[in-house]
Amino acid sequence: MPHSHPIELLRFNTCGSVDDGKSTLIGRLLYDSKSLMEDQVEALEKSADITGGGQINLANLTDGLRAEREQGITIDVAYRYFATPKRKFIVADTPGHVQYTRNMVTGASNANLSIVLVDARQGVIEQTRRHTYIAALLGIPHLVIAINKMDLVDWKQERFQEIRDEIEDFLPKLGAFRDVKFIPMSALNGDNVVDFSKHTPWYEGPTLLGHLETVHIASDWNMSTFRFPVQWVNRPNNPTDKSLHDFRGLSGQIASGIVCKGQQVVVLPAGIRTTVKDIWTYDGSLAEAFCPQSATLCLEHDIDISRGDMIVGLENLPGRSSELSARVCWMNQRPLQTGKKYFLKHTTQTVQAVVTAVENKINFDTLEAVDAPGTLAMNDIGGIKIRTAKPLVFDGYSTNRLTGSFILIEQGTNLTVGAGMLAPPLEAVKPEYSDFAI
Amino acid sequence: MSSYHLDHLQYLETEAIHVMREVAAEFERPALLFSGGKDSICLLRLAEKAFRPSDIPMPFLNVETGHEFPELIEFRDRRAKQLGAKLIVRTVDEAFAKGIAHPTPGQVSRNQLQIPVLLAAIEEFQFDCAIGGARRDEEKARAKERFFSFRDSFGQWDPKNQRPEIWNLYNARVNPGENMRVFPLSNWTEMDVWDYIKKEQLEVPNIYFSHERECYRKGGQWLPVPPPHTDATKPDPYEGARPKPTDTVKKMICRVRTIADMISTGMIESKTETIDDIIGEVSAARVTERGTRADDKASEAAMEDRKKAGYF
Ligand SMILES: Nc1nc2c(ncn2[C@@H]2O[C@H](COP(=O)(O)OP(=O)(O)OP(=O)(O)O)[C@@H](O)[C@H]2O)c(=O)[nH]1
Ligand SMILES: [Mg+2]
Repeated sequence: MPHSHPIELLRFNTCGSVDDGKSTLIGRLLYDSKSLMEDQVEALEKSADITGGGQINLANLTDGLRAEREQGITIDVAYRYFATPKRKFIVADTPGHVQYTRNMVTGASNANLSIVLVDARQGVIEQTRRHTYIAALLGIPHLVIAINKMDLVDWKQERFQEIRDEIEDFLPKLGAFRDVKFIPMSALNGDNVVDFSKHTPWYEGPTLLGHLETVHIASDWNMSTFRFPVQWVNRPNNPTDKSLHDFRGLSGQIASGIVCKGQQVVVLPAGIRTTVKDIWTYDGSLAEAFCPQSATLCLEHDIDISRGDMIVGLENLPGRSSELSARVCWMNQRPLQTGKKYFLKHTTQTVQAVVTAVENKINFDTLEAVDAPGTLAMNDIGGIKIRTAKPLVFDGYSTNRLTGSFILIEQGTNLTVGAGMLAPPLEAVKPEYSDFAI
Repeated sequence: MSSYHLDHLQYLETEAIHVMREVAAEFERPALLFSGGKDSICLLRLAEKAFRPSDIPMPFLNVETGHEFPELIEFRDRRAKQLGAKLIVRTVDEAFAKGIAHPTPGQVSRNQLQIPVLLAAIEEFQFDCAIGGARRDEEKARAKERFFSFRDSFGQWDPKNQRPEIWNLYNARVNPGENMRVFPLSNWTEMDVWDYIKKEQLEVPNIYFSHERECYRKGGQWLPVPPPHTDATKPDPYEGARPKPTDTVKKMICRVRTIADMISTGMIESKTETIDDIIGEVSAARVTERGTRADDKASEAAMEDRKKAGYF
């Protein structure tokens, strides 16, 4: 390996309202951390001469579509990659326009950390609250509030503090960020992005990059309860090779927890208890495997198992129900329709589902839930009840991102129209254990 | 907790394996695009990791422009055979003969012509999904791409209207005639690819290592001098892509950083003999790998335009 110690990967995204400076900030991070190549800088300079009156536009580094450069806005997520000696980073630059909230959710859903930008002149606006709310809803553990364009408010500490107070006022309503950092900056000029600003002697925290390099992320994966959604049944069916003839493996990615060879597990929904005979991988058998590794499990008994089933540990069993409560972010122009059939994809299975009720919807001015809104329109977030054609084996999203999330797909157009986060199960599944006996 | 920790390459690997298995499980007739280049070499290893001990449950597909480096073709065929996979090759020349594609007057590069050939192959075999080795760090239009990138029945990408892609829940549903392009290496960088090749001890075609080759200067790049035209009964496939008498030609020690075909691949002067040398060179590089590709130099939106038309 080229590195003597494992390099951690931090995934983060920028969000906030239109023109708050998200794309500029990422351009600045890349530029000042010397992550840009000469031809990229050249291309920037060239487009500056054509469209920018000679001024380099750092936002053009991520605004990769022609329409984005023409309009000076971000439409869809752009991903960028850079590394410092301390960490590797995957950055998602997401759009600020309300219209493109679904793309913001796309970019944020896999992040460890979200940077919400605030234009220091405007302060907190509805879109600031919406994006902070979504980051909290998605369960992103780490939050940075970047109070940007400080150059335009004369670097006044009072202004910074005012905005900070306002955000700290509503943060408790959103629940559980593990840590929150407020940083005054100018993305345009590079103050407190990679290098400390000389304009903020009153600020004692880290630069943005300094924080990204050191924020504690080792425990962001869920190692507590074993969940293994079966993704693909691995049957070589090779008549000539005897060892392969009987091979029957269950391939998938561990959604949480740890599994050991010889461990007892339960296969759901069948409720059959058996033992892990082997943890097969291309690189050899493992004694144990953990989230988010991909592996192929071989079980003691030849049970009928297919894609969509879940293999779990004996403790802390998940729920199993076809009547579900969830919060959903709606993502399509056509509003959510109760009574209409959607496809619901949860872990590795897709079932038909009907939304039976829309219970409430978030008002982003007050961050309060409004009861009985009737429907959810594009970019609304609300609580719903769903009935599925087949029971799901699931956890609450707050305890397990991967077994507690689903998407809704419109039938016919196949568009992804909703992102859902399940409420914790009311009770754990009680399998009538049929210990497999031969 | 530290023993339950994946380093960044292991993380990228498990993400890619998950994506490949989703393809195998969700599509009826997927294909894997294998050119023999460094990214698709990684795809093959990931396919082995995703599907072994079973066979890789999809054929390999490659579109030839007719201007390929012979070393690459040899390598491609050999690897497919080693893995026991079925390799389907479709060529621009055949497409000319069948009237699927037509030579563009004044245009020697057949890069654009790969698009109709690929779309015709997808139709011929009724592929509903094609796995490709494209990476988001290659180019800024690619930086916008989803893992599961939907193409309509004309093979077109609509970048302003992509499906949301949330968590690892990939929406793989397509109607007949539509298809999906899937990119398991989306989050990999050029450096990750070489680190992975080293870690997995993967063989790469020898044109990635330094060798002596006659090149000529064109458009700020060193392009390989094409092989001589020997078969006088056929037109010269490299007509217009040979050095003119006024061009500078020299024998140099060079290698490729990214491979297209002989007409669009800039050679870089380099003395690399091992994968470690290449890793050293990539980490010291001051230009991106696409900076050596003639096909991307056309305009700022060259890649976006090609992708909208059905390219990778
Ligand atoms: N003065 C000043 N201007 C800034 C700063 N950061 C960004 N800007 C300017 O604000 C404008 C918008 O910046 P962008 O980076 O495109 O904003 P964005 O948040 O990415 O916008 P969307 O992606 O469309 O939501 C540009 O003209 C930037 O030059 C700053 O710190 N100070
Ligand atoms: Mg932007």
